Amino acid sequence: MANADRADPGFVPGDAVAVRTIYPLGHVRTPYYIRGKRGVIERLCGVYGNPEELAYARPGLPKQPLYRVRFLQREVWPEYRGGADDTVDIEIFQHWLETDR
Amino acid sequence: MPHDHDHPHDHAHSHGGTAPHKHPPLRPDQDDTITYWRAMEIAVRELLIGKGILTADEVRRAVEEMDNRTPLQGARIVAKAWTNPQFRKLLLSDGNAACKALGIDDGIYKLVVVENTEDVHNVIVCTLCSCYPRWLLGLPPDWYKSRNYRSRVINEPRDVLKEFGTEIAGDAVVRVHDSTADMRYLVLPKRPSGTDGWSEDKLAALVTRDSMIGVTFATTP
Amino acid sequence: MTINYRGIHDMGGLPAGKVEAAEHDYALWEKRVDALMVLLSKKGHLTVDELRRNIETLGAEAYDKMSYYERWIYAITQTLIQRGIITIDELGTGIEKAQSHGKR
Repeated sequence: MANADRADPGFVPGDAVAVRTIYPLGHVRTPYYIRGKRGVIERLCGVYGNPEELAYARPGLPKQPLYRVRFLQREVWPEYRGGADDTVDIEIFQHWLETDR
Repeated sequence: MPHDHDHPHDHAHSHGGTAPHKHPPLRPDQDDTITYWRAMEIAVRELLIGKGILTADEVRRAVEEMDNRTPLQGARIVAKAWTNPQFRKLLLSDGNAACKALGIDDGIYKLVVVENTEDVHNVIVCTLCSCYPRWLLGLPPDWYKSRNYRSRVINEPRDVLKEFGTEIAGDAVVRVHDSTADMRYLVLPKRPSGTDGWSEDKLAALVTRDSMIGVTFATTP
Repeated sequence: MTINYRGIHDMGGLPAGKVEAAEHDYALWEKRVDALMVLLSKKGHLTVDELRRNIETLGAEAYDKMSYYERWIYAITQTLIQRGIITIDELGTGIEKAQSHGKR
């Protein structure tokens, strides 16, 4: 049930998602290298306080669903020299993800 | 006045009385100079003790607790997973429940355990800082927190693994896990060959900290 | 082409050198910094998020020159000031006292 303090999970494992291409200031746990990249939801980790808010001694609300998202390395790094199926798996908060069409 | 007792009691020093006494000489750690930041640690700690926010005893106990956390905790978990298929299944689906089942305090973070096989090799990093399953492995090594590791293992994992002496087969998949938020990761390394019938204790001795981060394999006997 | 903000801590994928498998036994003062972090966050006086945010605002040179636990005592102290738990004056006095003890 949605309420002001908690965002509902909107993605399920297997969903194709893209990381938002925004570059704000502040305490952000979405690494620079993954912004704008496309991946697949690997699992829902849970719903957690938002570190972007907690970092300023604020309550961390609304809590955000946190996912592990799997990306193909060769799609993240243009010059990736490893295996074609190698992946990078990262925890990303829902508000940084968009449905990838 | 609150007093820090984390020093050897080899000098004449009264603990019982209320008479004011001189602060004993500071014990040198790795070098004899009090740097600015070390002076800050002393100042902050004494301020907090003076304000009743912490006690010297709590600090001492916290240091001891961390000292007692060694990779042996993680090694026990791995050894059990190698010998007990049900435990392995639990470990991979719910790391915290598996820790609890072994009487290991399950920390405040969610534990994700990833399994290395012939086909998949997992390696862990926190590119943004130094997140690490401390309650299972103790404090992370300097290199894990270094610029070079955090910058390169994410996009050159096979090269970095080579620098640790670890070669991954060309047809195996390498997965790098970036510990960016509330999960903490442990690699379940491949069980080395030549260990059939070994006891959990004997197996645990083969499980190195580096193999549970994923930069090396477990030791082959 | 615009250059976007990138935190100095946000280093995944940047060029860097060989990983030196260096490690050192932690000094007592370093373990105490760690203890302060654990105790203060357990007791709810600060969060690890505030600590990280403070570290991320160190300049690039400071970030790379300072040792790991120097960065953390910096962050702990900044957070305590921000939270109003210690004052700048008592901090300065305390540092001076600790430094003069060390010179004896």
